[in-house]
Amino acid sequence: MLSTFLAVLRRDLLLAWRGRADVLVTLAFFVIVVCLFPFGVGAEPNQLRAIAPGVLWVAALLACLLSLHRLFAQDYADGTLEQLLLSSEPAALWVTAKVLAFWLSTGLPVVAVAPGLALLLDLEQGALPVLVLSLALGTPILGLLGAVGAALTLGLRGGGMLLALLVLPLFVPVLIFGAGAVEAEMSGSGAAAHLLLLGGGLAGALALAPWACAAALRITTD
Amino acid sequence: MLEVESLACLKGDRLLFRDLALRLQAGELVRIAGPNGVGKTSLLRLVTGLALPEAGEIRWRGESIRREREAFHRELLYLGHAPAINDLLSPLENLRFACAAAGDDVDAETCMQALVRIGLENQLDLPARVLSQGQRRRVSLARLFLSGQRALWVLDEPFTALDVKAVADLAQALSGHCAAGGMVMLTTHQDAPFALTPRVLDVGAYAC
Repeated sequence: MLSTFLAVLRRDLLLAWRGRADVLVTLAFFVIVVCLFPFGVGAEPNQLRAIAPGVLWVAALLACLLSLHRLFAQDYADGTLEQLLLSSEPAALWVTAKVLAFWLSTGLPVVAVAPGLALLLDLEQGALPVLVLSLALGTPILGLLGAVGAALTLGLRGGGMLLALLVLPLFVPVLIFGAGAVEAEMSGSGAAAHLLLLGGGLAGALALAPWACAAALRITTD
Repeated sequence: MLEVESLACLKGDRLLFRDLALRLQAGELVRIAGPNGVGKTSLLRLVTGLALPEAGEIRWRGESIRREREAFHRELLYLGHAPAINDLLSPLENLRFACAAAGDDVDAETCMQALVRIGLENQLDLPARVLSQGQRRRVSLARLFLSGQRALWVLDEPFTALDVKAVADLAQALSGHCAAGGMVMLTTHQDAPFALTPRVLDVGAYAC
């Protein structure tokens, strides 16, 4: 049962490693977007501290969006997707493996560099664990929801823009609770409620999104 | 074993063919013929279950393939027009992944033997992007040697880009599969030296 899952996970991580320039571009994009804000809004520490959670979260979201279209595009073009759909294993299983590999290669690096960028924006050090935790819970949701959008827009002309239009509204709740968690921690009211909601959202997305994504892939390859 | 009944295929808003019927028994090799654009690839995709027919039904061992999808796919090998080869992986990695993804547990040694047998012994560790079209085709065809237990082989233009000797070897492998009780369905515009003359299904006869 797990052999397809592991095969897809191993292959996609290997491909991410061989094509690591793409991963680095995503990460560089994240860093540059965050670094642009002090130039735009001014280097007033109080102001930067106030907007830091939102800036980091929006940048993480855009970085995720930037690489989402790559999730299935290559496999669709070279016929691997057809072969995977002909596997006797449930499609939701290997879709989950693909999203997991995608998150490990693009989401996790973003989560890892976020604390450093947070210090650049003068975020309180006490809020850093909450920032990391909220990103670690939230970015997989972005990957799971985005995978459904990527599957639906596969092979379409201008699919990248359509993907953004399709999934950005769905990212709004994640953004609200993710950035909200850090703000709640900074204001002293505690981030537990926000983090629990993010965790719940992740559990829900993990249960439902792979099925929706698999169904969408069957439609687009028809 | 494989029964296709009153099948109709809609592509865009054009009906490609209708009332297509086909029965395939163990040991049979059928060649799907017809001019370009008549719907040969579409027919193969319908038979594999990758696409849904506009009308009609496809049954495998008496059961609709939509109802018994997983059991049917365990016995099916489909090699499409696209060779399903990733440029960044070596032939060996590509082949091992193709087998594992399909649910076959094949070790590296067996994969290597299959690649050597198909004539890629010098390209085992090269990235696939440096391979020629014919060599890429060979990588995906190497799966045939590892899929003897799969009864139904559906091959879309398997001879494309292959040299004369490779075509002969492939024809022999396909004949061997049929002799062992398997079934082969393929499209080709080329003559190949099969052991038995294949049955020909002309899709053009059902065109609308």
